[in-house]
Amino acid sequence: MRAVIAEDSVLLRIGLVKVLEAAGFDVVAETGDAEAVLAAVEEHRPGLVVLDVRMPPGFTDEGVRAALVIRKQWPDTAVLLLSQYVEERYAADLLSGDTRGVGYLLKERVADVEEFIDALRRVAGGGTALDPQVVSQLLLRRHSDPLDRLTPRERDVLELMASGRSNAGIAQALVVSESAVAKHINSILAKLDLPKADADHRRVLAVLRFLGVG
Amino acid sequence: MPLLALARPLLRPFDGVGRSVACIAVGVLVQLAALLVVAVPWLPGGPDEVLSVLAAVAVPLAVLAAAAPVLSAVQRARFRNRLGVEIAAPAPAGSVVRRLRAESTWRQVRYHLLVGPLLALGGAVTLLLWAAAGVAATVYVWIWALPPEVRLANIGYTTQAAYVTLAGAAGLYAAAWLSGVLARTDARAAARRLGPSRAELLEQRVEEVTESRAGVLDAADAERRRIERDLHDGAQQRLVSMAVNLGLAKVTLKDLPEDARKVIDEAHREAKEAIAELSSLVRGLHPAVLEDRGLDAALSGIAERTPLPVGLRADLPVRPAPAVEAVAYFVVSEALANVVKHARATRADVRVETRGGILLVVVTDDGVGGADPTGGTGLAGLAKRVASVDGTFSISSPAGGPTVVTVELPCAP
Repeated sequence: MRAVIAEDSVLLRIGLVKVLEAAGFDVVAETGDAEAVLAAVEEHRPGLVVLDVRMPPGFTDEGVRAALVIRKQWPDTAVLLLSQYVEERYAADLLSGDTRGVGYLLKERVADVEEFIDALRRVAGGGTALDPQVVSQLLLRRHSDPLDRLTPRERDVLELMASGRSNAGIAQALVVSESAVAKHINSILAKLDLPKADADHRRVLAVLRFLGVG
Repeated sequence: MPLLALARPLLRPFDGVGRSVACIAVGVLVQLAALLVVAVPWLPGGPDEVLSVLAAVAVPLAVLAAAAPVLSAVQRARFRNRLGVEIAAPAPAGSVVRRLRAESTWRQVRYHLLVGPLLALGGAVTLLLWAAAGVAATVYVWIWALPPEVRLANIGYTTQAAYVTLAGAAGLYAAAWLSGVLARTDARAAARRLGPSRAELLEQRVEEVTESRAGVLDAADAERRRIERDLHDGAQQRLVSMAVNLGLAKVTLKDLPEDARKVIDEAHREAKEAIAELSSLVRGLHPAVLEDRGLDAALSGIAERTPLPVGLRADLPVRPAPAVEAVAYFVVSEALANVVKHARATRADVRVETRGGILLVVVTDDGVGGADPTGGTGLAGLAKRVASVDGTFSISSPAGGPTVVTVELPCAP
């Protein structure tokens, strides 16, 4: 799959290119600013774009705005945003509407190469990858609603679910069996008055909608 | 040489005597000019009835009072040019009414109508003393200037003349001493009545100190930001790049011997730990999110990193000044760190809102209480940081809890 990288820090860009190539992506363009990345996407029509949030010329949220443009003009292109810190509004902007093929991760996650490659593949495959910090920060904002009815374990499951993990991934992370995870999820969906759904991304969508960003 | 050294204390009155005398002389001239104004109605053909007498007194005085600012300027120039004594002008009062009500106006008038004339009188006497003593001390010269017949007619004049010369020398000495005393007294009196009052001086000083303190704080803030940027753009990027390479080695070099893989694994883990440590250091300095996205976003970051449930309510319609934001961030960060370390709490709540010109920060926990603001350095440091922007800090922490830390920071509404 073709990929485009937009990251203004040269060192990190070189690292990203290596990781993407190791993950089997074909990096067709690498740029350091938001204008250039739109041109590159127009030209190459990649399957995946990895963007830094903060880029020249303004060093504010150029990456987010470019990502929104890409989502609108080329809906089939998956977008993964990298940020120095968690900003809920960016996540909310990015996740409003279609959440297929979207990711929002902290930059330091790139160093966890294996997990980062997982996240890349998941997003490129139309899934979702949210940084655990993003999820818990979003959860933080709504502590006064039905979430209070969840047990701590169910909250853990919900956080992992919202970050885009599969049942198997959640089971592995919490060191429990997959059937236990499935039970927890059913209980969560019931407590949150959400209709049962089996497709992974619909599940995430439901969670995100509940979080107020979908 | 030793003789000169012995004589030095005796000659002290003559130090700078020229400047003192010049100062006194100018002072007398100025007062004479003012006296002329007062005396005009009394020139021949002056007033004789009660009313006109009153008017003749009141009008010139009023004129002098009205001219006080000009006279004051003249007097200040006199002290500056003759004695090198700088007297600052009090703050201008503005309109006529405000000038009449200003305490500084009446202090000046007191100088021009009372103190100044008295000192000028003393000055005139001193100048006369100089002249008389000068003539007496040089009496022989004068005698020789007289026709020889006079000397012949007064045989024995030398003894008397010697006494006169001695008296003149003493008079000169006294005049020098008196000039010094008078000039100094005048300068002191003028400084007190023509300059800013003590209250005004203090007010000015407080203003200056406040301003310079704000400048120091801003500079410290800017410095923290610069260090944050440098670390983020330099060391942090390098560490991430290194960790990525090590991680790649882990992923791609599957067929390495077990111990080599172990070494790479270890290095990778350490690189990631270094990144985490550096990130937390950078956040402690001045988090980028605070500068970019404001207090609300930065606080939710802290709340998220705190290892217990934290409720956050932030109501900030407008962003406070950067220095105030930084202090508020620091307060919440330290307060939550204290909760985690000491309170044994199950949850904490953070409330941040602007109320009028005040940024209110309240951090509550349901822990064991008993926090002592004088005990550890944490709370004392908090109080100091808050005081640096003129904020107030209070803590209520009865044994058994709950603990409530309340901080109010002034910020422009």
